[in-house]
Amino acid sequence: MPRLRVLMKNLFRRGAFEDQMTDEVKFHIESRAADLIRSGMRPDEAARRARLEFGGAEGWKERMREAGGLGWIDAARTDLRYAFRTLRKNPVFASVAILSLALGIGANTAVFHLVNVVRLRALPVANPAQLATVRVKDSHGGMGVNSHPADMTYPLFEQVRERQQALDGLFAWGHGGAAIGDGAEMRPVRLLWVSGDTFRTLGIAAERGRLFTPDDDRRGCARATAVLSHSLWQSQFGGREDIIGKPLTIFMLQADVIGVTPASFFGLEVGRAFDIALPLCASGPSLDARNVWWLSVFGRLKPGWTIDRASAHLEAISPGLFEATLPTGYAPSSVDKYKTLRLEALPGANGISALRQAYDTSLWLLLAMTGAVLLVACANLANLTLARANARAREFAVRLALGASRGRLTRQLLSESLVLSALGTLFGLALAQTLSGLIVDFLRTSNDPIPLDLNMDGRVFAFAAALGIVTCVLFGLTAARRSAFTNPGVALKSDTRSGGAGRERFVFQRVLVTLQIAASLVLIVGAMLLAQTFRNLVTLDPGFHTEGVLTAFVNFARLGLPPERRQPFMQQFLDRLEALPEVESAATTTNIPLFGSSWTMGVRILGAPVERRGSSKITFTSPGYFRTMRIPLLRGREFTIKDDKASGGVAIVNQTFIQQFLNGMDPIGQVFQTGQEPGYPVASYEIVGVVADTKYSRLREDIRPIAFVPAAQAPSPRDGAAIVIRAAGATAVVPEAVRRLVADVDSRAALGGISVYDTQIRETLVQERLMAALSGFFGPLAMVIAAIGLYGLVSYIVSTRYHELGVRVALGATRASVLGLVLRQSITLVGCGLLIGVPAALLATRWMTSLVFDVSPRDLRTIAAAVVTLAAVAIGAAFIPARRAASVDPIVALRVE
Amino acid sequence: MGNAELLPGTLDLLILKAVSLGPLHGYGVLLRIQQITQGALTIEQGALYPALYRLEKQGMLDADWGTSDNNRRARFYRLTPAGRRQLRDHTETWNRTVSAMSAALNAKPEEV
Repeated sequence: MPRLRVLMKNLFRRGAFEDQMTDEVKFHIESRAADLIRSGMRPDEAARRARLEFGGAEGWKERMREAGGLGWIDAARTDLRYAFRTLRKNPVFASVAILSLALGIGANTAVFHLVNVVRLRALPVANPAQLATVRVKDSHGGMGVNSHPADMTYPLFEQVRERQQALDGLFAWGHGGAAIGDGAEMRPVRLLWVSGDTFRTLGIAAERGRLFTPDDDRRGCARATAVLSHSLWQSQFGGREDIIGKPLTIFMLQADVIGVTPASFFGLEVGRAFDIALPLCASGPSLDARNVWWLSVFGRLKPGWTIDRASAHLEAISPGLFEATLPTGYAPSSVDKYKTLRLEALPGANGISALRQAYDTSLWLLLAMTGAVLLVACANLANLTLARANARAREFAVRLALGASRGRLTRQLLSESLVLSALGTLFGLALAQTLSGLIVDFLRTSNDPIPLDLNMDGRVFAFAAALGIVTCVLFGLTAARRSAFTNPGVALKSDTRSGGAGRERFVFQRVLVTLQIAASLVLIVGAMLLAQTFRNLVTLDPGFHTEGVLTAFVNFARLGLPPERRQPFMQQFLDRLEALPEVESAATTTNIPLFGSSWTMGVRILGAPVERRGSSKITFTSPGYFRTMRIPLLRGREFTIKDDKASGGVAIVNQTFIQQFLNGMDPIGQVFQTGQEPGYPVASYEIVGVVADTKYSRLREDIRPIAFVPAAQAPSPRDGAAIVIRAAGATAVVPEAVRRLVADVDSRAALGGISVYDTQIRETLVQERLMAALSGFFGPLAMVIAAIGLYGLVSYIVSTRYHELGVRVALGATRASVLGLVLRQSITLVGCGLLIGVPAALLATRWMTSLVFDVSPRDLRTIAAAVVTLAAVAIGAAFIPARRAASVDPIVALRVE
Repeated sequence: MGNAELLPGTLDLLILKAVSLGPLHGYGVLLRIQQITQGALTIEQGALYPALYRLEKQGMLDADWGTSDNNRRARFYRLTPAGRRQLRDHTETWNRTVSAMSAALNAKPEEV
């Protein structure tokens, strides 16, 4: 290895190497001069003589550099300088190349950047690689109350913490919401509930004060402690030092601020930040609830433990854990299912993220799309470079004939690609930073600010650099190799216009264009499917009228109303709300449709000749709900305020409920029973009305059976509710009126998030809109690039056949036949591309099944439309040079010879 | 003076030989070669250095900074084990070539 060692040393210590050479040469000449002086020569004469004897020092140094293995560096420098000069002389080629590369690389890097941020980047904690998360294997089946993506209950966490041996410092955390301040000053805050060990296990140090220890999280903590996030500390408390030790009222809770987390700690869920961290012990009733799945559990693998071993261990101890935490108040079948649940461990370095789960497929699909665009762009550049190389074939042939090595020529052509790729990558990186910011802005909505740290890290730069190198090789090396391996004899003999090496060279270019067309077809089909999906969703009729409706949340918990007074208080509030001139009607509901939440209960039809049971969505509403949402009542009657606890249970069901459970029976007067759940004993409801079908939690899902029950008949009255409000006129004036009313009712009443329903529904479609917009950009972009590629190739072929075509015309070929001749070639190319593209598209779109809506991923009409569009554009692009060929003037063509 | 031009390829061999007699700096190599050839061979002084660098990169020589006789900093070349092997091999080859060449060149008509 001495060679490599010496070369490396010389390479990396280039300055030292130069100094060493200079010193050695200087030492030699001075020693020689000293010897000459000693033999009696005059000093100045001796110095001159010594220099003369040594010879041209610079020349020798150059040879020394070569001998030291550094010659190629100097050669590379020359190549690069030459490449820059050549590209400056061809500004159009250079700018087209750089621009398309910058677009391709920029788009790819931007998407990869997002993938990295939401998916690959580790949590900002110490040694993230050791983190593991404990989860219920294959989900717990939606029993009880869930807060996706969390999936542990506190009692279960306590059991796991007590019994498992695989992980150190086991901790749990969950999200919540509250508000700080009073009346008009009220400000919503995002809570992070954590167990006492959390910050210690994560290795996070306080920016101010201290963070929680297990002592802060003792059961029944009389006086809670609170830790502020850096951003809340700054925005709400102006970064004041004296906040530490101050009491803070967090809605219903009194807590003392003990510290501030550092700015780098955004929380434990990527894309979801927090304002205030509180110990789990202060979380109230959910602490002992065995059916509230709201926690995520993490820990550090003990030395010597792997994820697999930890999983096996957790699975083994699962039966005891679940047996010890059986939820009460459920039907036996639900409890039996609970007993079969098992735990597993998963790597936790990247945290968990609902955002990641929601956007995973989309992001990878976007990355694939941008990758395909980049490949199409690369193919174009390869073609362009090749065409240019052909034009320079004579130059290369001369240089080869004069003794330049093929390696040398390859290097020189590669240097040009390298310069282009490097510039393209640089511009691409700049573009990516802007683009990824734009995409995140696009995804941000008023309710979901998506806090993401969009600083680029080494991985993104490495990705961009890798793209740059790959593109350089893809379009540079192919072209370079082909040019450098020209046979100089043939190239010099043939005339320049025929491009040097005959027709077989076009085969490669034809293949490139064919593949470009195939790739474009896949992208266009994808874009069309996503656009249709978006349109289908936007124009979808959910079964109710959304325009003119606002949604709001009110909470009267701080008034401390006893349960029996809650329902009347809420009804009074609704009456006052409906009396506002700005409001036409208003109603409470336990589920605002299309917001993603869901409430399912088991139902059983009583008195049916055959047993009919299943599960249905259950929504508790106040009487004005159907009026406010404009859901048509098909039969029977609406709820009235007389439907309360004292009267018998009544319900209004939708058409799907009837189809599923009451097919063939007259629904009115039928009675169904809901299954037993904690807080919800078995109850019977008589159907008094039928309403039209409506969408329930999401636009994308099928219609589900829904049973509506009067809010007054809910087993446990709540002191807060979601409200739907239909505006009497403009929606814009409603929020202020409602805010005034709430403040007037009681200064302790809280109003959260009053907003226009339409806007919010549109915001739930943000992912579909983004995919439609981006694919709608990338698909046509690829098509245009491919069309340019075809145009270029056909122009080039025509120009090399100019003479031949002239001869044909001179011999009597009609213009139409010449046009046909050239077009036939292009049609063959396009046809081949489409033949490859259709099966490729069918294959690729299988991947999109989860993304499309109301259109088959193999929709033949879409594919046909894409084929027709692409064929028209491509043949249109080929038509321009073909017409030029047809108008060839034989006299001119023949005279050129 | 009757100086002979250096045959191609012999400079490396001469350098290895010179250095085999003890570590030398570049100028020292020149003096040693002149000394052991009794000044019979002309060496272009500058040509010495590319050869030294090449031999160093090939692993035949090792070089380190040291102090010269006149107390100046100079780079001293030493023979590596690989260099010693190369010197031995090439010396044998050279000797065989020389005896073959001289036999050939001394051939007389009657011996053919």
